[in-house]
Amino acid sequence: MRLSRSAKAVLGVVSGLVLLFIYTPLMLVVVNSFNADRTFGWPPKGFTLEWWGKAFDSPGVRDAVVSSLWVAVVATVISLVLGTLLAMSLQRYKFFGRDIISLLVILPIALPGVVTGIALNNMFTTILGVPLSLWTVVIAHATFCMVTVFNNVIARLRRTSAGLEEASADLGAGVFTTFGLVTFPQLRSALLAGGLLAFALSFDEIIVTTFTIGAGETTLPIWILQNLFRPNQAPVVNVVAVVLIVVSIVPIWLAQRLSGDSVGVSGARVKAD
Amino acid sequence: MTETLAAGTSTGTDEVPAIRLRKLTKVFGDTVAVNAVDLDIRHGEFFSMLGPSGSGKTTVLRLIAGFELPTSGTIELEGKDVTAKAPFQRDVNTVFQDYALFPHMSLVDNVAYGLRVRGMPGNQRRERAREALDRVQLGKFVGRKPAQLSGGQRQRVALARALVVEPKVLLLDEPLGALDLKLRQQMQVELKELQRSLGITFIFVTHDQEEALTMSDRIGVFNNGSIEQIGTAHEIYERPGDIFVANFVGTSNIFDAGQAQSVYGRAEPLCIRPERLRVAWAGEPERRAGVTSRSGSVTSFVYVGHATQVRVQLDGGPAVVALVPEKLPGSDAELVNRPVTVSWDDDAVVWLPAHGS
Repeated sequence: MRLSRSAKAVLGVVSGLVLLFIYTPLMLVVVNSFNADRTFGWPPKGFTLEWWGKAFDSPGVRDAVVSSLWVAVVATVISLVLGTLLAMSLQRYKFFGRDIISLLVILPIALPGVVTGIALNNMFTTILGVPLSLWTVVIAHATFCMVTVFNNVIARLRRTSAGLEEASADLGAGVFTTFGLVTFPQLRSALLAGGLLAFALSFDEIIVTTFTIGAGETTLPIWILQNLFRPNQAPVVNVVAVVLIVVSIVPIWLAQRLSGDSVGVSGARVKAD
Repeated sequence: MTETLAAGTSTGTDEVPAIRLRKLTKVFGDTVAVNAVDLDIRHGEFFSMLGPSGSGKTTVLRLIAGFELPTSGTIELEGKDVTAKAPFQRDVNTVFQDYALFPHMSLVDNVAYGLRVRGMPGNQRRERAREALDRVQLGKFVGRKPAQLSGGQRQRVALARALVVEPKVLLLDEPLGALDLKLRQQMQVELKELQRSLGITFIFVTHDQEEALTMSDRIGVFNNGSIEQIGTAHEIYERPGDIFVANFVGTSNIFDAGQAQSVYGRAEPLCIRPERLRVAWAGEPERRAGVTSRSGSVTSFVYVGHATQVRVQLDGGPAVVALVPEKLPGSDAELVNRPVTVSWDDDAVVWLPAHGS
């Protein structure tokens, strides 16, 4: 579609304003984490690494980082295994109820976190009688992290022909050999992209976590929530927020680049225009 | 049908066939893709399964390979029942229509794949794979990926990959369908020579009747999930068993029962090949014993290089096509609508039993 010069200008300005509106507050958080002024007056009075040092020395923050990483890694591993198995069964085989199962698998990512949280909390505490812990958080996160892996893998499977697996079997490979030598190499980048998204999703999740975490445990987002309104912790909260931003954005950026062609193609088209 | 069954199943010797299908049936939902097929394929034979798309030939191939399990019936490979075996437990290999080369592997690794999963050590299997690629003239390209090859080259890799594990039977699923005409004809010759030198049984699926006629020792003509006729190329072409085969394999001039009745006094359909018809332009009928003539008028021409197809509407009969190898006595405009006489030897007539009898 061709746009007139004025339309381009207007659209450019509007886009710029929207992006500015989204990213200024984030930049502010990053800047304030280095702001020498305790009350975050503007403009910043000076540059300091004091808050970063404090955050690093705080055992509460360190525990929260470790917990968040642990939860995100374990939830990602579970998502990778289950998401791949689901995608393979739903893409490669026809069976009764396939469409419904497909919908049920994707649904958790659309469900409001509050609902998932309450439902799982209820499930764990009253029905199963399991004490809440980081493990319950892992299971809760896996329910929706699985979806990103599932979506990536099923999209890749649609593009790779089942004929490759048939060829492998034809040449004498059993089911697991075929998966290892033929299917998995086709899925590798899709798994990486899906896994990174799952990791990012879990790492900064707070609502479901609130309902499923054990007493005395904290993840990074929970730590922020608990310390947000303590005035003397405010600078450290900024630091933690920056960590959270970086650890969540980098995997998503990587995943974007990995899930590949479509992004690259549209970028090339803009350039050619 | 009884004749074709006999031709398909009794080989005249006690030799165990390479492949024996008995009452093989495959139902998908409510379509019967393969309907009680009986077939014996001999050792070292180049057997083509010929038929239009949807006739069940590819399904039969996939059943033999093990990608589909039959609804009923049995499949024997060299006398051993393999009906319920998985594809990787059967000593048959497939060359796929889209080649199905592994895109993430080099040519050597593609060809060595079957040896790798059989546990052959790395150096040995790569050596064997290189030899196999040499045999299909791709020795220079061992390190390339499939995406860097042309269609014809991929086809050869697929062939080398399937043959390197020395299968008892090689299944080929329209392997030449994606190639252009010249390359296809060249590959037809190469495949046939390869098959003869290796002595391996080839089962070749195609919808191209010319391909089947030029390459095969025997042909099975498929229609609606059943085999209509089994025979050598010569038998199939010269003596088609029914109207379907007569129409599908080559061009046929069919007289229906009524038209045949008026010519020969026998109420059964018959067929005559275009090259067996002679056109007398002056309108003078041939008067000899064993020759039948009918008058008609020319309706159109198609020049096909080595000959011209002349379409003639016979008086009181069907429109027929005659293949005239010699030069025509005038321009198309002069000849159209000209009254002519079409003659043929009576022994060129093939009587076709009405379907289902």
